[in-house]
Amino acid sequence: MIEDTNLAKTIIARRIAREFKDNQLVNLGIGLPTLVANHIPEGIKVIFQSENGIIGMGPAPQPGQENPDITNAGGALVTALPYGCYFDSAMSFALIRGKHVEYTVLGALEVDQEGSLASWIIPGKKVPGMGGAMDLVVGARNVIISTLHTERGKPKILKKCTLPLTAKHVVNMIVTEIAVFRVTPGGLALIEVHKDSSVDEIRANTAADFIVADNLKTMEV
Amino acid sequence: MFHKLIDRKGVSDLLKDDMTIMIGGFLGCGTPETLVDIILEKGVKNLTIICNDTAFADRGLGRLIAAKQVGHVITSHIGTNVETGKQMVEGSIKVDLVPQGTLVERIRCAGAGLGGVLTPTGVGTIVEEGKQKLTVEGIDYLLELPLHAELALIGGSITDKAGNVVYNATTCNFNPIMAMAAKTVIVETKKLVEIGEIQPELVMTPSPLITHIFVSEKS
Repeated sequence: MIEDTNLAKTIIARRIAREFKDNQLVNLGIGLPTLVANHIPEGIKVIFQSENGIIGMGPAPQPGQENPDITNAGGALVTALPYGCYFDSAMSFALIRGKHVEYTVLGALEVDQEGSLASWIIPGKKVPGMGGAMDLVVGARNVIISTLHTERGKPKILKKCTLPLTAKHVVNMIVTEIAVFRVTPGGLALIEVHKDSSVDEIRANTAADFIVADNLKTMEV
Repeated sequence: MFHKLIDRKGVSDLLKDDMTIMIGGFLGCGTPETLVDIILEKGVKNLTIICNDTAFADRGLGRLIAAKQVGHVITSHIGTNVETGKQMVEGSIKVDLVPQGTLVERIRCAGAGLGGVLTPTGVGTIVEEGKQKLTVEGIDYLLELPLHAELALIGGSITDKAGNVVYNATTCNFNPIMAMAAKTVIVETKKLVEIGEIQPELVMTPSPLITHIFVSEKS
């Protein structure tokens, strides 16, 4: 396993950033998914949406350039690119549910081999609320889950989620610091392995069943 | 001719205990902060607040929760305000968590004269509990019902004296939707301009939806 959490997160972000094609509309969740924006390959223009009402979101402002009226869904100050635009929350979620967003990248508390996701509540412990996550995973054309492979040594990829779901059967891809899985109608397929890991290590740290794809590749990061 | 300008006392006189109030904003961005100040000063209790999120204990409408003036909140996210979670565990506040896209659409329904909306969001989760489920052309949907309010407090950037409103950048969020869904609507505007100064094509909330205009005391 890759012990350095920051390195692990960078690997995940870099790998996910390679999924996008030019001009695709992408929504990144708060936290680890936000890092993906820093690793978009040169020559690819990804158009970022944030569900609070912006398309064409740019990076954090330079000191002295902050505008309190331009924020992302995490409440952080951001910038708008010249081609960007703003809209209300009804329009924002119409774009999301209406399948106009190509990818959403979100974190997970648990994700399972059926493509179900739990990410918004630990009953009795932590109840932040679902925010826009339920709409995003139901509406985006592709759902990528970015997550560390384990948390305190315990697998996050399970046979079946135990926590209340964000949505059922919606995840298309799971990217961790050591593995990339595709969710297929028949279950999980391991399609990539990090060069410093192995199928055995992944098996030992994954509670879900999975098949190893015939054309298993090394993760390009 | 329009006489929509209202002062602090005018706003205060509209506030009552047990009221249902929609408040615009997204983690404080676009929230009418002076109007929140006035609710705090008046000290009305047991409010039902409909809002995207409960912001922060010391900023945005979250201050009303910290001041224990809210008995019920209908919202999509409470994670940034420690007070909401604390009071929920204590049982002193009722929290209805609604997916954000469903929340805005329920408010839109109320303002648009619709009896509800069918959404796939929440199917197969605890959100579907107690709701009518319909299958249309082979897809399962939840029937989500309209959310009305007695009062909506919205944050505008530029408003003319007739009540036409423009929202800057991401301050827009829930504001124009809420402006349609309440009996009385107060816009707190950062800037007040003369009629004719806003290009008509750029108006985002048409003036008849605005009951009162309050000029913000915040920069």
